Amino acid sequence: MKSSRRKFIKMAGFAALGWSICPSLAGARNPNSRYFVEAERLTAQQWAMTIDTRMLTPEVIDAAIDACHSLHNVPEIEPHQNIKWIWTEPFENLFYDQSHPHLADAAGKQFLTLCNHCENPPCVRVCPTKATFRRTDGIVLMDFHRCIGCRFCMAGCPFGARSFNFSDPRLHLETIDPEYPTRTMGVVEKCEFCSHLLDKGQMPACVEASDGALLFGDLNDPGSDVRRALSERYSLVRKPKLGTGPKVFYLI
Amino acid sequence: MYHSKKIIPGLIIFFLFMTFPFWFNIGGEAYVTPELVLPEDHENCIESVEFIRAEHMTILDQWRDAYVRDGYGLYESSLTGEMYAMSLTKTCMDCHDDKEQFCDRCHDSVSVSPYCWACHIEPEGVE
Repeated sequence: MKSSRRKFIKMAGFAALGWSICPSLAGARNPNSRYFVEAERLTAQQWAMTIDTRMLTPEVIDAAIDACHSLHNVPEIEPHQNIKWIWTEPFENLFYDQSHPHLADAAGKQFLTLCNHCENPPCVRVCPTKATFRRTDGIVLMDFHRCIGCRFCMAGCPFGARSFNFSDPRLHLETIDPEYPTRTMGVVEKCEFCSHLLDKGQMPACVEASDGALLFGDLNDPGSDVRRALSERYSLVRKPKLGTGPKVFYLI
Repeated sequence: MYHSKKIIPGLIIFFLFMTFPFWFNIGGEAYVTPELVLPEDHENCIESVEFIRAEHMTILDQWRDAYVRDGYGLYESSLTGEMYAMSLTKTCMDCHDDKEQFCDRCHDSVSVSPYCWACHIEPEGVE
């Protein structure tokens, strides 16, 4: 059989074409094809929270903190090494540039505060392992598996929303909820807007426990609870000048 | 050959060193696959036994990325077509609920120490 160079190149061309097309025809077989999302999953373009500061009684505050910290196995440790996902700060600390000596009754009042799930999160930018990342629904999430404990994110976060495990957190936990893992020494952690509950169709634990003081919803949906509350009331966010785009709004 | 009085003994010593694990273990016991306690009320695992035996660490690794980073929560078994939650504790250890009788036996026997349970909570809690 006689073969010319021209014929050889033609056949090689067809073969290359075939190889490039065939894998995609044969499969639609990407490695994710066996993975599915839960049907009841709650979705949004940008999750956001409002905190109604007028409804923040000590009972509501305690209920919200307790709901979060018991669900996520967050330990209570002596002050300098404490772990906090949601905690209290007085108005003058949260909004120090809005504070003045004659502020009516509010300066020392305790407000709830938590991770702001920024639109432009500095913690995500500085994380060298991409352990912290922003989900498509706007939640700034930690992948604890990947955290190497460098604490760049703690330096990056202007809101002090991140805590470092200086020791094994299990030593400081009286009861452990088996549904949610603990962390281990050398890992940073923070609030995650209960993304694991949203994926199962439930609202965040603090919102459920807050008796209406905390609202949660899609900031891009004009009909959501959050947007309605924001259109009716005057609201503040923490440190807006930094341009991180906080998504926790305080209704004043 | 130059220096053969040094080179040949040197080669012999090197060879003996290299083959140390083989001749040291002559007459020792052969490796025995550990006996595992399997759950009684289930016919099959989420995939075939051979696949799970070889690939369970890979599948867990892929699950954690798919679950944490991509938001997938369910895995469709290619063995039965059933859906399973992609979770070490809620799926795997729901059946294999005794870590010491299952996970640890093989892991100890082959000297691997995965740190899954440094965070994830084994059934029956933590000491």
